Amino acid sequence: MSALKKITRREFLQRTGQASGGLVLALTFVGACSRPGPGPAAQSANAVAPNVYVNIRRDGIVEIICHRSEMGQGIRTGLPQVIADEMEANWDMIEVIQALGDDKYASQNTDGSTSIRDQFDLLRNAGATAREMLIAAAAKTWGVPASECVARDHMVYHESTNQEAAYGDLVAVAASLEAPTEAPFKSREDYRYIGKPIDTLDGFAFTTGQAMYGGDLALPDMLHASIERCPVVGGTVVAYDDKAARAVNGVVDVVQIAGPTTPVAFNPLGGIAVLAENTWAAQRGRATLDIEWDLGANASHDSAVYRNTLTESVTSEGTPVLTRGDVAAAFAAANETLEAVYYAPYLSQAPMEPPAAVARMTDDGGCEVWACTQDPQSAQSTVATILGIDKQLVKVHVTLLGGGFGRKSKPDFICEAALLAQATRRPVKVTWTREDDIRHGYLHSVSAQYLKASLDADGFGTGLLHRTCFPSIASTFDPNADGPAAFEIDLGFLDNPYAFPNMELETAKAIAHVRIGWLRSVCNVFHAFAVCGFMDELAYQAGEDPRDYLVRMLKGNRRIDPTADGAKYGNYGHSLDDHPIDTARHIAVLEKAAAMADWGRALPDGRGLGIAVHRSFLSWVAVVAEVSVDGEGKMAVEELWIALDAGTIVNPDRVRAQMEGAGIFGMSLALQGALTAENGGIVQGNFDTYPVTRMSGAPAAINVHIMESTARPGGVGEPGVPPVAPAIVNAYFAATGTRIRELPLRNAGIV
Amino acid sequence: MAIELLLNGETIALDVDPEMPLLWAIRDVAGLTGTKYGCGKALCGACNVHIDGEPARSCVVPVSAAAGRSVTTIEGLSPEGNHPVQLAWRELNVAQCGYCQSGQIMSAVALLERIPNPTDADIDAAMSGNICRCGTYLRIRQAIHKAAGDAS
Repeated sequence: MSALKKITRREFLQRTGQASGGLVLALTFVGACSRPGPGPAAQSANAVAPNVYVNIRRDGIVEIICHRSEMGQGIRTGLPQVIADEMEANWDMIEVIQALGDDKYASQNTDGSTSIRDQFDLLRNAGATAREMLIAAAAKTWGVPASECVARDHMVYHESTNQEAAYGDLVAVAASLEAPTEAPFKSREDYRYIGKPIDTLDGFAFTTGQAMYGGDLALPDMLHASIERCPVVGGTVVAYDDKAARAVNGVVDVVQIAGPTTPVAFNPLGGIAVLAENTWAAQRGRATLDIEWDLGANASHDSAVYRNTLTESVTSEGTPVLTRGDVAAAFAAANETLEAVYYAPYLSQAPMEPPAAVARMTDDGGCEVWACTQDPQSAQSTVATILGIDKQLVKVHVTLLGGGFGRKSKPDFICEAALLAQATRRPVKVTWTREDDIRHGYLHSVSAQYLKASLDADGFGTGLLHRTCFPSIASTFDPNADGPAAFEIDLGFLDNPYAFPNMELETAKAIAHVRIGWLRSVCNVFHAFAVCGFMDELAYQAGEDPRDYLVRMLKGNRRIDPTADGAKYGNYGHSLDDHPIDTARHIAVLEKAAAMADWGRALPDGRGLGIAVHRSFLSWVAVVAEVSVDGEGKMAVEELWIALDAGTIVNPDRVRAQMEGAGIFGMSLALQGALTAENGGIVQGNFDTYPVTRMSGAPAAINVHIMESTARPGGVGEPGVPPVAPAIVNAYFAATGTRIRELPLRNAGIV
Repeated sequence: MAIELLLNGETIALDVDPEMPLLWAIRDVAGLTGTKYGCGKALCGACNVHIDGEPARSCVVPVSAAAGRSVTTIEGLSPEGNHPVQLAWRELNVAQCGYCQSGQIMSAVALLERIPNPTDADIDAAMSGNICRCGTYLRIRQAIHKAAGDAS
């Protein structure tokens, strides 16, 4: 048989267009909606699109356009739940279409746990306006007032005249109407899908190998690329010899990619790409490249040295960003004081699917890409800029993401595919190896945290000084950035909820030597580790039970306003009126998690319970961890209890799954992996040197409770992660009396 | 010289470098993309397939080592996608991003063929070579127990 079986684009579309949960790529839209949000109805003979998120076909199928990326959080199920609920569509009559990157949609940047928390009302409006449009079409058809018509079960009814019409039969009339831009929302008790544990839409595809990810598309005549990049960020190619690479069977071309740019931003790092008829030949050819690098200014970056730099910076005077009372006076008058430095390393998101993308140039001078991107809008604009073409000529198809965790918000790998397609005039697939992913990513920042507190004679905290120090994500976009950016200190730092009458929060300088980027929960990870660990230290110092001490220091039902103490605070893009920092909700999840874990129960020797609570992305999570320590001093996490208050939730099963996953992700960063730099490059490269939690290390159970709430939705994908590591560290202290202030715990020899 | 093997019950001939890992032969040449690349070093299990019924990491098995043998991928597990393990996976909504699940399912099927009613310890031993970054391990444990129960 033929050595090379390729899937044509047509076959690909047929294969992925299966309604039974396959990934559906939206290549064309019926109608011509071009305005963001709900707009005038798009008209056509066979369908009507009340807005850019909904398209109702004459056959009755309601196409729901998912403009956010699916990376395991379940948005391809949750988003249609909201729209279908408001529009009274039947679940088995919907088809989910994955949107292209396009400014006509609201933000498609699937990060910050924003899909529901920021766009719940937008999605409800998309469904509600579609519903009202169908009602208006029925009313016009029957000559009755729209106010007397009711939509239910994919039909519109007029009771007094005993008339009914299916949605599909109303399409033609609806197409003659102006679509409403606003419509009343259903009341909560009438929800059909919101709040229900609907099965994952892509479940069949996920379990049969049909799900299509970034590297799964094959186009006719496509080349496979593997790229050698400089081990040091900022390094460049001086010269290279590709003779051996070109001699490898299957290698077609070798192309240099320019780079990196200053700032590095979302652009490729640059390097030498080997293009071949298959991935293996490309990788083999790449391995034979002889490249002379100019390693650039970061070549001396060394994590051991840098740790001292950070520690020195964080223990020196900083820049105040929040001042309450007089912390120096509190320290001077204190019964006792306690100080500590917490340290956490660089991390890699390490999604199971390393970055991968396919690109091809189109006959109109444009470029079409298929990629596992968290942000197709920025992918579109970045590719356009780097190719020097108009943004409208760049078409970005979003595949499923084999995990994202922030890595795939950056389209550098997509730009690589686009540049290579432009250079070779053939379709190109770029597949990052695991080593590429670990060594050339956008790292979660290393950090040092300094904390000092004073206690009165009753053990109550009278003063807190917390200083944060880490190379900033801002450095990726501004090489002069020399310390934490405003948006980063919003993340679990300025929103400290504890009732210290005197508090000073400061930032300390740090220069970046690698690309810094987002990782699930971002700065909340190291801020929560330090704050929740240190509060536990204060509890023991005060001789009090940690749960009771946290409740005491939260001091009842209060609303925290960092701006009252001079801070600039963003609150995840929302007002404090809409999303207050409400300590009653801290206490509620804390008490719930403690009750679930039977906090205070007698434990055998070598066992300990630890507790932590943290608000992030407008949601509250408390975690209790139970750990055991064996005769050789090795620790295991036996069980986790997680209580979440995310306000109104859409799919409780997916929310539960996110908490379970956060438990494992949090355990990985607490116990397992760390990246370190030597001679400017990242030392680790694969799961042997960058270990993550495996089945054998998973706890016996992760027990999740979702608080009943009618409050506005908070985030879900990220808030579960931050309190996990401190809960474990606190449990280890409870079990052993040894306080650990550095992650991962593997470095302490206890894992 | 083409290498012949049985892929999901069909004889195919692959005219490729004999050293090419089976993973890339399956994905790039045979065009079946359900088997995933995750590490290239047999560290994560995303590429797990069965060779003559035994689980194998296709990213480190040269295609020549599969010559004349029967290779089963996730696509070949069940004609309708209704293997008891697949059904259990769907019933418990195990998958989050789904990327590692082909390998997880292939490991689980091999485990159940060897031990029809595995204990948690059996499951941990058989499944710890398969990494899931989304953290679906506890549902995988439940799903394996469920598949075992439904099959017996």
